[in-house]
Amino acid sequence: MSGTQQVRHPESGAEPVEFTFAELDWNPWLDPLPESELTARHLDGLVDPGRAKSPYFMLLARDPDILGARTRSDKDIFYNTAGGLPRRERELAAVAVSRLNGCIYCASVHARFSERQGGNRETLAALLRDGALPADASSSWLLVAEGAERLTATPTEFSAVHVRTLREAGFGDAAIVDLINSAAFFNWANRLMLSLGSPSEKAGPDRSA
Amino acid sequence: MPVGYKHQRTCFRVAAEGEDMSSTSIIDLATVPDVIDHIVGISQGSWLDSLRSRRSVLRENARLSTLALFRPAEEGDVSLLERHSVAAFVAGLHAHQPVYAFYAAALRGVPGGTAHLAAIEALLEPARTRGPYGKYPEGPLSTENLSGIVFEASAEGLDARLAAAFRHAHLLVFHPRDASQAAIEKLLDAGWTISGIVTLSQLVSFLTFQIRVIHGLSVLRDAGPEQSAGNGENV
Repeated sequence: MSGTQQVRHPESGAEPVEFTFAELDWNPWLDPLPESELTARHLDGLVDPGRAKSPYFMLLARDPDILGARTRSDKDIFYNTAGGLPRRERELAAVAVSRLNGCIYCASVHARFSERQGGNRETLAALLRDGALPADASSSWLLVAEGAERLTATPTEFSAVHVRTLREAGFGDAAIVDLINSAAFFNWANRLMLSLGSPSEKAGPDRSA
Repeated sequence: MPVGYKHQRTCFRVAAEGEDMSSTSIIDLATVPDVIDHIVGISQGSWLDSLRSRRSVLRENARLSTLALFRPAEEGDVSLLERHSVAAFVAGLHAHQPVYAFYAAALRGVPGGTAHLAAIEALLEPARTRGPYGKYPEGPLSTENLSGIVFEASAEGLDARLAAAFRHAHLLVFHPRDASQAAIEKLLDAGWTISGIVTLSQLVSFLTFQIRVIHGLSVLRDAGPEQSAGNGENV
């Protein structure tokens, strides 16, 4: 067993008070695994060895098996481009869920990812600012965000009306399954990030996204 | 077979005694090849099976997640009884009867589980609400603050560690943006270690994922396959 069994109060930049496109830092409330304690099993859980530099993944590495399964799930949901929902809409679902659950850090990362995949920056900015897409957003985007949000409510409110309207708008069932997976996954990811640490404005000069 | 699930908005209800034979059933999670398929009722070769197989790495890792959490290589700092108890509580909070019936049956299969299940059933009604709610850091988002239940009930039949875990699980399920260093402090005070808190957080968070996948696929199942010869690629 390692780490002082105490809550950390790291010195860091100011806590963001609104949703943003900007890159943020994330500060753990518990001691991450020290790099000196990494074993082969931990490295397998990290999947990408570069993640040993991330306090978030190094804290999660304290339970390496579930971390590895989490990360491999994440990659297949968001990076497997064989059919289904286009990546920018998967990322939109991630943003919509993060916005509703209140994960400022997660929303910032995936708003940038959605934009990078061709998502409209003004539309994403409105979602971050207002918690809802603007009225002039495309029907596809409105339906993806709505489906993601209803699936995020507890108890879950995703229902037959969402499947029907998505199909009528031309979404195939593979795309609907991708939407379900993307939105469901961010309920997992948001709760990890929200419960084990907090975001801060990035230290250093590079504030660009 | 899972209990039929048709009404997405109906409230959770504990089955009356003798009403449902599942109230005494036992499931060993290690013998269920795929929990999501099992609860949704997806059989090999069905249309939902082929849809799921398009994301086979996810499917396999959702399965491995269940094993990592409920049949870990070693219990570590969280006992099997604690893991199964938290799962039944989280499933009950989601008011999803087939998932709750499943994790209740899994809890019955763990020594001490039946007594814990009785305690959980007594806790669920006062614990159930609608989420997400919670507070934002003071600033422009403060106008979005929503108050809700802060679950504090201590439970007859549960020790301090598990009572603290249930309070934390309720926080994460319904108002995750209220998570705080103070909430972590309470877990440490109740005897949770750093690794144990990481496992607890993964357990609750994973279940919020798994339950939503099960819910979404159940809605698709009830809708039936799309009528057109769509290839599933279009938006």
